[in-house]
Amino acid sequence: MLRNVVTAFIAGGAITGLGQMILTFFRVRGLDLREATGATAAVIILAGALLTGLGVYDRLGRWAGMGASLPISGFANSIVAPAMEYKREGMVLGVGARMFTVAGPVIVYGLVISVLAAAVRYALRGP
Amino acid sequence: MQEGTQATTTLAAGRAGTRTGPRIGQRTIAFSSRPRIAATAAVGGPMEGDGPLGRLLDVVYQDSLLGEKSWELAETRMLCEAVELAADKAGLAVGDVDMLVAGDLLNEIIASSFAARHLDIPFLGIFGACSALTEAIGIAAMAVDGGYARRAIAAVCSHHDTAERQYRYPTELAVQRPPTAQWTVTGAGAVVITAGDNDGDTGGSGEYRGDDDARPRITHATFGRVVDMGIKNPFDLGSAMAPAAADTIRRHLADLQVGPDHYDLILTGDLSRVGLPIAMELLAEDGLDVSGVMDDCGLRVYHPEQEVGAGASGCASSALVFAAQVFRDLQEGRIGRLLLVSTGALLSKTSAHQGENIPGIAHAIAMEAPGAGKERGR
Repeated sequence: MLRNVVTAFIAGGAITGLGQMILTFFRVRGLDLREATGATAAVIILAGALLTGLGVYDRLGRWAGMGASLPISGFANSIVAPAMEYKREGMVLGVGARMFTVAGPVIVYGLVISVLAAAVRYALRGP
Repeated sequence: MQEGTQATTTLAAGRAGTRTGPRIGQRTIAFSSRPRIAATAAVGGPMEGDGPLGRLLDVVYQDSLLGEKSWELAETRMLCEAVELAADKAGLAVGDVDMLVAGDLLNEIIASSFAARHLDIPFLGIFGACSALTEAIGIAAMAVDGGYARRAIAAVCSHHDTAERQYRYPTELAVQRPPTAQWTVTGAGAVVITAGDNDGDTGGSGEYRGDDDARPRITHATFGRVVDMGIKNPFDLGSAMAPAAADTIRRHLADLQVGPDHYDLILTGDLSRVGLPIAMELLAEDGLDVSGVMDDCGLRVYHPEQEVGAGASGCASSALVFAAQVFRDLQEGRIGRLLLVSTGALLSKTSAHQGENIPGIAHAIAMEAPGAGKERGR
């Protein structure tokens, strides 16, 4: 248990540290904060997707646990992995239908909570 | 009228623990013709090749995809090749085989069905989860002992990746496995069963490469009942299956009215590091000390360094260990009497999501070394 906590900390910290470096890079290049954030997310997602495609990300996950699953690269992994898996069942019923089997709940409940949070904010602070 | 009375008497006598006809005790079948195991074959993937059974396997594939387009096709091909190899070793052409009893872990047992399509043998598909091997051997032995088949093959397969994508997660997903989880074996095993009373000649069109009577015999089968002890964790199947294994072993020994030391080895299918001690403890609670003779196939497929959690699982766990290793021990007389007990966890992704328990089942097959029966004066 302790070992898993430590490895998750190291991996998660490393990925987010890398994210910070990329964000700073984009800021230095003249993007404002909002644009830089989007660009950084895109880079990390690309990295996660690429490493999943190369068959490397699952090995990282075995070592790092949540440290690899929680950052946005893990989210990318959770979509690319099923897409690769179900390629054999065709592009529509395989990839298309089943790409979000793992990420689906994240999207559904993420949206639900955001709507609820917005409703609470509206109730407390008005439009 | 008389037939009805006879049937009732047989039933009552069976329950009393005596022998009437083919049944002994409550749940055991004794095969009076003692069918022979003419040959076995075992094939495995790269990890299995790196394990302790490595050089004993007939074929080790370097690629778990076998160059096929999907893992399911690879698994099907492994089963085909195991059956063909076993038939060949027994001096049979595949066309000589009267019956194929086969099963696997996939939905609708497609690996077995599509293997049977290729093999062209009358096919009885079974589902027993990881207990499929002994279930298949039991059914095949019944058919041969009863004269309903002259030559039958019992075969099973499993594949780590087909099991992962069906029961758990896509294979490229980053997940951590808990230490109680097991590793599904990628492999297939086949057992050729022929009539016990034909002087060793399998009657096939090929050339048998072995001594006439130097083949082990199947003496008994005890089919298990489903045992549910309320286990729900699909990452700890050893605990779910252990009660079923203990139940079947206890019943088998009681029916034969013998103790554990009647056997040189009681070998369960895939209880592994978590389930084996539980099964042994449950048997000890009933006064059966199996510590000297009991072992598990799940502990014999991989080296600890291969990082397989609690051990091996899958239909091929018992198939590879039995077909590649223990059958040889029986054949060469290192083991006199074996009780092989493959164990299965009866769950599906649906049942697990609906919060159902995971019941277990175990079927026991008793086998003996060639000539052992004669020595013990039977």
